[in-house]
Amino acid sequence: MTPPDAPLLQISGLTKRFGGFTALDNVSVDIKPGERFGLIGPNGSGKTTLINCISGAFRTEARTVLFRGEDITQLPAHVRTRRGIARSFQIPRPFRSMTVVENLMVALDFAAAAGDFTSAAHRHETAMSILSGMGLASKADASATTLSQVELRKMELARAMATRPKLLISDEAMAGLSSSEVDEVLDLLMSLAEHDITVIMIEHIMQAVMRFSQRVMCLDAGKIIAIGAPNEVMANQRVQEAYLGT
Amino acid sequence: MKRRGIFFWIGAIVFLVAIALMTKLIGNEYPFFAGYVILQFIVLAVAWSILGGHAGYVNFGTSAFFGMGVYTAVFLFKVAGAPLLVQIAAAAAVGALMGFLLGLLTLRMQGIFFSIATIALTIVIETSITNWRYVGGAAGIQLLRPPVTWPFSGYVQMLFFVQAALVVLAVAISRYIQNSWIGRGLQALRDDELAAECTGVPTLRLKVLACVISGALMCAAGAPAAMYLQYADPSSAFNLNYSVSVLAMSLIGGTAHWAGPIVGAILLGSTQQLLTVTISSEINVLVLGVMLVLFVVAAPEGLIGLLRRIRRKEGKS
Repeated sequence: MTPPDAPLLQISGLTKRFGGFTALDNVSVDIKPGERFGLIGPNGSGKTTLINCISGAFRTEARTVLFRGEDITQLPAHVRTRRGIARSFQIPRPFRSMTVVENLMVALDFAAAAGDFTSAAHRHETAMSILSGMGLASKADASATTLSQVELRKMELARAMATRPKLLISDEAMAGLSSSEVDEVLDLLMSLAEHDITVIMIEHIMQAVMRFSQRVMCLDAGKIIAIGAPNEVMANQRVQEAYLGT
Repeated sequence: MKRRGIFFWIGAIVFLVAIALMTKLIGNEYPFFAGYVILQFIVLAVAWSILGGHAGYVNFGTSAFFGMGVYTAVFLFKVAGAPLLVQIAAAAAVGALMGFLLGLLTLRMQGIFFSIATIALTIVIETSITNWRYVGGAAGIQLLRPPVTWPFSGYVQMLFFVQAALVVLAVAISRYIQNSWIGRGLQALRDDELAAECTGVPTLRLKVLACVISGALMCAAGAPAAMYLQYADPSSAFNLNYSVSVLAMSLIGGTAHWAGPIVGAILLGSTQQLLTVTISSEINVLVLGVMLVLFVVAAPEGLIGLLRRIRRKEGKS
């Protein structure tokens, strides 16, 4: 099919407008398989819009987003999830009427079902092993509404993992966490990347971005203003202007 | 899980046998007249909960589906003298198609907009039927029941049994949905549609499926009503009271479990029957309103929810 060093995700000439407002302006970037990619930018710069275009919450023009060499722009979000794109949300969106393990079962029932016809017991086992990997096993039968903020973040990542993604997009999974909790979540994301999962991380906490990313991209007003190694991007004049103001 | 399934089917068979025995042993026709209405409401409430409970989409169009069922039966009977089972099967097919079209057109809208669209549907269909002379128009139509077939002693007894069979069918379907991946998907999309979609749940397809099943059952439940009353007219077949009653029954019973709407329909249905006989049919609506307010305040998750809460408290203490 695709050669091994081909990009996993290709975004080319992606523009998204809401009425007269251009949220994304001709964005092009390739993301390699297994890459840890940091996405930064001031509030309102288009980070979440870009994520929504990749995961399918927003539709875009044909051939602007290719995943594993195939055009996915016309696919609804649930099909993209099944193809291997998972995401967490900036504000956690758990299934509130379910327990933690049931939240994961939704993913296993729907996203992973295509292909492997495993028994319900086996799926439950899989869910439990993902949860224990996240340190949430003791909360498996607790209602999703009883979780603390950091537990909710972890559950979102666990649910995303249960869809067996090739690309995981983490949208500010560390916002509002204490510094020790940030380290916990960061370690989790690092361990995922070791399992051959490509991770795009949106984050405002700079230490986390610097420690995590192999490559960083900075958006401002819908345009890419810098892309490259974390140190280079941080040293970039325009990035500093965008963050600190001129 | 498996054992529960066996218990369920034994219960269903016992229920049908009891109903069959009743039609043999009770001579008076009135219990069947009253019982039929309660059974009909059970089917409607269970069907409503498939979309309204699991998926959380409030459908005010119960009367549209019910009335369509009535008029499918009327049309087939007038055109070909079709037997009862054919009328019901055809009504189910019409209901499924209606559910499919309604679902496709409106389920992209979320929350209140879907509900408004279902009310509009009721009005559109009622108006069309009112202006269709062939099935009686606004004046309604008289129907002459055909002779009853063996083993039933009277037509009402037969309708009573048929409606009981529909109850079993509806409950079995609703129970299957609750325990399967369909139920889990609907529950997920009720909690959070975007999160469900991003977890791989085909939300639109599941909602339309729920609407199709729900619509087919509602229409099927309406079909025997033409023969039950031997008369049909648009303003009673499409009466908004059906929508309101069914919604109240489901909510009062509780939609978290398949048994909720059954409990609600029996409780409210029999109360309504009792009041109709002893006081007047107008007081029904008042009682409905009062009960709905009481439940929204005291037990927002219905009787089933109340029961669960009590059980959880006992478990803790």
